[in-house]
Amino acid sequence: MSPRLRAWLLAALALAVIVGVVYFPILRRHIKQAEVMQEQSAERARRELAQPVVVNPSEPKVKAQLFWATGNGDGTLSPSIVELPLSSDPVLRSKQVLNTLLAGPVDVELRTLPPDAALLEFYLLPNGTAVADFSEALATAIPSGIQSEQMAVDSITRTLEANVPQVQRLKILIHGQEMETLAGHLDLTGTFQVSTGASGATPAGGGDKPVSPIADKPAPAVAPKPN
Amino acid sequence: MLLDVRISWRGCKRAWESRNFRTIPFLATTILAAVAFGWAAQTQTQAPPTTPAVSSQSSASATPQQTSPGTPRAGLNVVVLDPAHGGTDPGARGTGGIRESDIVLDFAAQVKHALEGQGIQVILTRQGNDDPSFDDRSAMANAQLGAVFVTLHIASTGLPGTVRVYVNTDLLTTTDAGGMIPWDRAQMPFQGLSRKLGDLVQGLLAQRFKGSPNTAQTAAVRQLRTTAAPAIAVEVSSVVVDDKADLDKMAPGVAEAIAIGVATFKPSYVVPTTNTGGTP
Repeated sequence: MSPRLRAWLLAALALAVIVGVVYFPILRRHIKQAEVMQEQSAERARRELAQPVVVNPSEPKVKAQLFWATGNGDGTLSPSIVELPLSSDPVLRSKQVLNTLLAGPVDVELRTLPPDAALLEFYLLPNGTAVADFSEALATAIPSGIQSEQMAVDSITRTLEANVPQVQRLKILIHGQEMETLAGHLDLTGTFQVSTGASGATPAGGGDKPVSPIADKPAPAVAPKPN
Repeated sequence: MLLDVRISWRGCKRAWESRNFRTIPFLATTILAAVAFGWAAQTQTQAPPTTPAVSSQSSASATPQQTSPGTPRAGLNVVVLDPAHGGTDPGARGTGGIRESDIVLDFAAQVKHALEGQGIQVILTRQGNDDPSFDDRSAMANAQLGAVFVTLHIASTGLPGTVRVYVNTDLLTTTDAGGMIPWDRAQMPFQGLSRKLGDLVQGLLAQRFKGSPNTAQTAAVRQLRTTAAPAIAVEVSSVVVDDKADLDKMAPGVAEAIAIGVATFKPSYVVPTTNTGGTP
C-alpha cells in the first residue's frame, strides 16, 4: 500500500469517527423521543379502548365517599363526599367510583393516583374478589416510595369499601398483567383486603403457583372513618 | 518479581548477543520460575474474603460471641442491611438530580458504622451501584442464623425531615404438604418480632425527627415478604429537598436510632423454629 493511499484511508477513517461521535448523541435523542411517543400513543390507544362507564341519570344520586389525601403530608387519607348517580350493579358502581377517584379532587395536591392513570377493566368474582386492571400510568407515573404507593392502594380499597360492600378483596393488575410491585415497593402479587369482614382468602391466580399473600389494609396510615 | 524478570531479560539478551543458545533452556526455566513465583505471591496477597460484605471490625468484635459451627446460637447474630434499588433502578429522584439509590448507600454506610459500634456484625446486600433482585437480597438474610433485616429507602413524598418504619402486612398462616413455609411467605413466622423491632426503632426515630409517627406502620412491602428474619423497612422523607445536605444531616440520627433499636431488641430475639421451604 502506498503511503499516499494509506494517508487517504486514515483520513477517511478519522472523518468517519468524527461523524460518528457527532451523530451518536443525536441518534440517541431521536430514539428516546420515539420511545416516549410510542408509549404515549399506546397509552392513548388503551384509554380509548377502555369502555366508558354508562351512567344512567335516572339513578338516584347517592353520597359516595371518596378517599383522597388529607394534604398534611403524613400519608393519611380522609373521605370526601361526592354526590353521584351510582348504579346498583356492583361492577358498574365500582367503575363509577374508581373513575371519579382517578379524576381526582378539586385540589390537585390531594391526589393519590396519577392523573394519566385509567381504569381499563373491572371484574368481580362470586367470592367477593375484585380484579381492577389499570393502565400503565398507575405504575409509571406514581411517585416512588412505600408511603405514596401505600396511599394509592389505600385510597382505592377504602373507596371501594365505603361504596361497594360486595367487594371483599382486590387484586390490582397493570395493563392486564400481574406486577411484582406497583412502583418498586408495594407488593402487587397478592390481593388487598377491602372489607374488614372478609375472612380467609381465595388467592388470585391459583394453579400451581405459590399461594399469594393477603395484604391487610393498613389501618394506622388511614384517617378514622367517620360515622 | 520485577528484579527476577530483569535478570532473566539481561540473561536472554546476553545469550542472544553471544549466540550462546545452550543457555536458553536455563534462562527459559528461570523466567518460568519467576513468573510462577510472582503469580503465587499475588494470589496470596489478593485472596478475597469469603464474605466480602462482612466488615472486619464487626467480625473482630463479634468473635467473643460466636460459637462453634456445630452449635449455632439462637438470637441476633448479624444485621443484613439493604440499601434499596441500585443499578438501572435509581428509585425516587429529586429535582436536583438526587437519586434514592445513591443516598441510601450513604445512609447504609453510617448505619453500618453505628451498628458496629454496638458490637453487631453487619452484611450489606450491595456495596456499589448494582441491583440484586428482591429474592437475592432476602436470600442473604435467609442464609444467616439469627439475622435481622433492615431495608433503607428515601421517599419521594411525605413530610421532609421525617422517617417512617414499616413492617409487612400480616400473612395468612400457611404451610405446604411437608409442613414448610413457602418462600414467598418467609416473613410469616417473624411478624411479631418484626413488629417489636419496628416499634422500637420508630419510637427512637420519633424522638429525633419531629413529625415522625410513634409506632411502625404496616404496608405490603415486597422486600419484606420473602425475608425469614425480623425485617423492617425504614423510609426517610424525602428526595424532594432543595439541598442534598438536608438529607445528609439526617443520616447520623437515622443510623443511631437503628443501631440502638437493634441493640435493645437483641435480648428479646429468639429464632422461631421454622423451616423456609423451597427456593425463590
